[in-house]
Amino acid sequence: MSDAASTAFVRTQEARSLPAPLTVRGAPAWLKENLFSTPMSGLLTLGSILLILWIVPDIVRYLFIDAVWSAPDGAACRAPGTGACWAYVARKFSFFMYGSYPRDEVWRVDLTLVLGAALVVWLLVPRIPRKALGSLLFFVVYPVVAFVLLRGVAGVLPVVETNLWGGVFVSLLVATVGIVVSLPLGIVLALGRRSKLPFVKFVCVVFIEFVRGVPLITVLFMANTMLPLFVPQQWTPDRLLRPLIGISLFAAAYMAETVRGGLQAMPKGQFEGAMALGLGYWQMMRLIILPQALTTVIPGIVNSFISLFKDTTLVAIVGIFDFLRAVDTARLDPVWAGPTISTTGYVFAAIFYWVFCFTMSRYSQMLERKLSAGRRR
Amino acid sequence: MAADALIKTTPVTNDIAVDLVGVNKWYGDFHVLRDVNLTVKRGEKIVICGPSGSGKSTTIRCINRLEEYQKGRIVVDGIELTNDLKRIDEIRRDVGMVFQHFNLFPHLTVLENLTLAPIWVRKTPQKDAEEIAMHYLKRVKIPEQANKYPGQLSGGQQQRVAIARSLCMAPKIMMFDEPTSALDPEMVKEVLDTMVQLAHDGMTMLCVTHEMGFARQVADRVVFMDRGEVVEINTPEAFFTNPQHERTRLFLGQILH
Ligand SMILES: Nc1ncnc2c1ncn2[C@@H]1O[C@H](COP(=O)(O)OP(=O)(O)OP(=O)(O)O)[C@@H](O)[C@H]1O
Ligand SMILES: [Mg+2]
Repeated sequence: MSDAASTAFVRTQEARSLPAPLTVRGAPAWLKENLFSTPMSGLLTLGSILLILWIVPDIVRYLFIDAVWSAPDGAACRAPGTGACWAYVARKFSFFMYGSYPRDEVWRVDLTLVLGAALVVWLLVPRIPRKALGSLLFFVVYPVVAFVLLRGVAGVLPVVETNLWGGVFVSLLVATVGIVVSLPLGIVLALGRRSKLPFVKFVCVVFIEFVRGVPLITVLFMANTMLPLFVPQQWTPDRLLRPLIGISLFAAAYMAETVRGGLQAMPKGQFEGAMALGLGYWQMMRLIILPQALTTVIPGIVNSFISLFKDTTLVAIVGIFDFLRAVDTARLDPVWAGPTISTTGYVFAAIFYWVFCFTMSRYSQMLERKLSAGRRR
Repeated sequence: MAADALIKTTPVTNDIAVDLVGVNKWYGDFHVLRDVNLTVKRGEKIVICGPSGSGKSTTIRCINRLEEYQKGRIVVDGIELTNDLKRIDEIRRDVGMVFQHFNLFPHLTVLENLTLAPIWVRKTPQKDAEEIAMHYLKRVKIPEQANKYPGQLSGGQQQRVAIARSLCMAPKIMMFDEPTSALDPEMVKEVLDTMVQLAHDGMTMLCVTHEMGFARQVADRVVFMDRGEVVEINTPEAFFTNPQHERTRLFLGQILH
């Protein structure tokens, strides 16, 4: 009896929860856990710090401290020991932005960019309501408005031929058209590739595999030289339109495979659940399958967008005057010639591309977090 | 009573909900369904049981054409199944199906899961659809979960949502494919209770299940399948106390210990 009494136990009070000891919280604990958890990690930490101390001061000196911020011409930048020549970027800024677009008309480009940016923000920021109206404006109304503004209509706005277009705005134009066309086209191709209809499937497979098996440069050259052969002389596509078509088709083929990956990952039960309720094929795809499949492949989709954005620099080889080409041309100006001019231009271009790509990457991470919150276990 | 007497095909009349006549199906060379005959009257509750792989799921999945069959005839509510997509959709609208793994749509809330098909398939106005949805959520006793996502519910709750989702389409026939076998034991009862209630309301039901208590309580007839064929059809009373076929006895011996 006394034996049972000494081994049995019934808790009568709740145990108090105590604050964690200093070894598991606070700055020292964080340092220990993240930077010095093992001798090896401590060594790596020290090594990294040394590396940063070695590189960063030089970069800061080159980009900021020794940089020339304003100068009438290249003389100041030619002085020995100077860093980046930002004065040159400032001077060439409008050339970088608009290429040879007539200076009196650049307000049209600015207006187009501002309108486009506003609509993109409308569509991408989850808190802003009325996405349907926003999409209608962006996908249907905006292209027309942009075309009228940028190219002009005889009699109303002076016509600016596309061979004068250039710079950042052409890069953004190519990227935007590529993104906006490649996603829906990629979805259609992905669905086609999984179709039960042999002909549809065949066409999609051939298209995807052909385009994916060919370098973008080849696609661009082919679009440039072959598209005009397919249509009557008077309809020959504009020289800017040709690479736009080429790059959109190219991106669509990759997008199709990304989307197909998402479709493949959908459990069979989702299709069956939708079919058993009487949903037709397109309703099932639009309401049940694609929303989920696309969500799971957001990282892949954004990855495609980012490569597409950088690939737009390749349109230069078919004579399109994109941003990088503008940078490349501007550095030949004898007024500014100097040892730091080229580097400054390319650093500026790198920053531009990085800012856009990094923004896309962060946005996709935000979107993923938001879409997965609370929905799946 | 010999099984043969009961599985004789009956002419199509208005009080027949589902009629399977000589249905045969092959997966490649594998003969999954062998000459399956079954006539379900309106309001009848049928329980289908049998060993794993015997073709129970395949049979009921043929009825709403989630599976194709190569030979035979299936008539649902007077409409014969053909390759015509219109007809298939028409039949699917009238036949509700509940799956072992619920197959709820995880990206939609419970309420959206319930209103989706009425809105898009039946063209019910959203407000009415929501009213109907809430009505059925109350019937399966989880109206308070309407705005949660399926992933936030327990298995039993999810299965009840799945049942409510089918009911929102006002089906004439409900089919269940092992609705409780993916559930933890303590949740089986809440789902079975919902099904019993549905049976009492007069729904025509085809249930694949191994819940023999449920079969005893609500089934009008029990169908026993083995190796792709219907081996025995009988009233629950006769099926459990006096099984006719050797294979039935073997099966019952295994599951009733
Ligand atoms: N897609 C398929 N391809 C080939 N064989 C299949 C396929 N689906 C099912 N089968 C086979 O068909 C037979 C019947 O399957 P079914 O799912 O109808 O069995 P079941 O009676 O429902 O079994 P369980 O109790 O395990 O669910 C099984 O032997 C299975 O292996
Ligand atoms: Mg089964």
